[in-house]
Amino acid sequence: MAKNDLISGSIWDEYSNQVIRRMDNPTHQGEITEERAKELGGKLIIADFGAESCGDAVRLYWCIEEETNKILESKFKSFGCGTAIASSDAMAELCEGKTVDEAVKITNIDVEKALRDHPDVPAVPPQKMHCSVMAYDVIKKAAATYKGVDMESFETEVIICECARVTLGTIQEVIRINDLKTVEEITDYTKAGAFCKSCIKPGGHEEKDIYLVDVLKDVRAEMEQEKLKEAADASAAGSATFDKMTIVQRIKTIDEVLDADIRPMLMMDGGNMEIIDIKENMPFYDLYIRYLGACSGCASGDTGTLYAIESVLKQKVDENIRVLPI
Amino acid sequence: MEVYLDNNATTKVDPEVFKAMEPFFCHIYGNPNSLHKFGAGTHPKMVEALDYLYAGINAADQDDIIITANATESNNTVIKGIWVDKILNGNKNHIITSEVEHPSITAVCKFLETQGVSVTYLPVNEEGVLEAQQVADYIKEETALVSIMWANNETGKLFPIKEIGQICRDAGVPFHTDATQAIGKIPVDVQACNVNYLSFSAHKFHGPKGVGGLYVEKGFELTPLLHGGEQMGGHRAGTVDVASMIGMGVAMKLATSPEALAYENTEVKRLRDKLESAILEIPETIVIGGKENRTPNTTLISIRGVEGESMLWDMNQKTIGASTGSACASEDLEANPVMNAFGSDSELAHTGVRFSLSRFNTEEEIDYAISVIKGAIARLRSISSSYAYTPKNHVSEL
Repeated sequence: MAKNDLISGSIWDEYSNQVIRRMDNPTHQGEITEERAKELGGKLIIADFGAESCGDAVRLYWCIEEETNKILESKFKSFGCGTAIASSDAMAELCEGKTVDEAVKITNIDVEKALRDHPDVPAVPPQKMHCSVMAYDVIKKAAATYKGVDMESFETEVIICECARVTLGTIQEVIRINDLKTVEEITDYTKAGAFCKSCIKPGGHEEKDIYLVDVLKDVRAEMEQEKLKEAADASAAGSATFDKMTIVQRIKTIDEVLDADIRPMLMMDGGNMEIIDIKENMPFYDLYIRYLGACSGCASGDTGTLYAIESVLKQKVDENIRVLPI
Repeated sequence: MEVYLDNNATTKVDPEVFKAMEPFFCHIYGNPNSLHKFGAGTHPKMVEALDYLYAGINAADQDDIIITANATESNNTVIKGIWVDKILNGNKNHIITSEVEHPSITAVCKFLETQGVSVTYLPVNEEGVLEAQQVADYIKEETALVSIMWANNETGKLFPIKEIGQICRDAGVPFHTDATQAIGKIPVDVQACNVNYLSFSAHKFHGPKGVGGLYVEKGFELTPLLHGGEQMGGHRAGTVDVASMIGMGVAMKLATSPEALAYENTEVKRLRDKLESAILEIPETIVIGGKENRTPNTTLISIRGVEGESMLWDMNQKTIGASTGSACASEDLEANPVMNAFGSDSELAHTGVRFSLSRFNTEEEIDYAISVIKGAIARLRSISSSYAYTPKNHVSEL
């Protein structure tokens, strides 16, 4: 919580101009009739996703040229808030001109990014991200209908949140892409867990095979594991940067520099030092040390010696290291 | 034309109220607790304001009306006060409330549950109201408080306060009611209804924001939420916001006069009914909770196939302000608990739009609103997948 969070504004203020434009005038809203599909020389596909009871539902129409599997025309109908309408509109537009296999690769992130005014500024506030997830799912439904296969053949994972129809794959993906750390963040991004809440953790009115807390724990553990592997590989290749190192690697790296450049100097005067801890205080790395032997109590420990230690570490390890004697 | 139809959220300050408050900002600004004439100069109007408040709810002189910051503070004060008086210091450990109370009741109860208090949340019936007998059924030896709202903020439905008050009195259980949405719309009489505690907020009846009141019947405990000075008889510390208190008093006087209540129940009701009837002419629209037994200014209408926030968006483009219980309209993804409490049709939670009028709305405004609303419904239904493709008449009449 901080100054900017104390007075909440209207969520409408956080919509991009693109979202607003499409809310007011969706260009791909409408339907494709059998006659229209015939006129275009393609096959009509209609797919529904979501439910009014969950607050969002979308129907997607595709007219597909069967020889090329190319989507000639794409339209939608949508029950939902303005951002659901805008997301559906962007999604329908993104589909046009693509083959079905290409369209299946459109993610909710692609839809949301297509609605941005600026590449780095989200088009909608986090709690509205679920609207683009729905658009992403209906594409898979349409592709499955066209190919005569189950939607699960595109989305092999199970549905975690039945109310919001959010799959395991989607949840895993948003956790990874957005580096999510809490279940509340998952809900903001996907709507999973927003309704009956049974999927959040055991103890709800409906028993589940897998809960959001499990998915979060597993994905975070995998991410951590990958990070470790990355750090180990980088270390072995000699390309590790301090910010990507594990805590042990950081201590080891600093210790090596201390052994080579600092400790001999201190020991000559009958002193030494030890590392107590390293804390991230971004953008800084605060290195807590304790002086040993003659160094403890030495007046220079807070001035010249400290400056020398910090300078060497800044130069040889990372320029954001701050040394703090305790 | 700008049309404000969200008066259950807050109201415009009546110009007469503003006029009464004005001198207390720059001319009569002394601290009411000061001994000098600057402070003492505030007293006559404060006493007058208090008189208006007492008269407005028919409180007896020996009872207390504590000036608070709003009904939220009043509600917190009562419930947390009961927790201290009767639960921590006694052997009672049970509170009865309803599922459709304002969050300033339910959130406090949820908090107290974490402290070991047992809370019964009574469900509402298919019309969105509580039946008095339900309270009787759940009162037990350990019950320390019953807290039931007088009128619901979303539907305007009126709860059987007199009957609940009698049941509580007979059972010897303190009874609190949040009358925030009732004052200025229907007569509120604490003595006739056996109410022991009652909360209200000035900004709901054309007074200023940031001031409210808490009625406490003589003989009933009240542990202060704010400890400090001896203001409000030691029940609520802190320098009294004199201008706001005076504004609330005048607003109460204006809102509860027989003429004002008559106007509310004839002219405001007529305009509400005109708006409501015009919307109901559109197929597959219903009044959630039904038309009977509700405040005269409120209508909550489900418009099939039209999601609440998108409706608000379209109306806002044409400078009409209303409200929705839909999840999507707020930062919270959950649908409004009042809407969910109806239970039978979860679609209602996403298709309800609340229109709440005041005595400042005019015929022209309502005519304009009707034309805009009809246009918005037509546009949004033309986009809506659920309206076009789900079986019609699937929303049952409530």
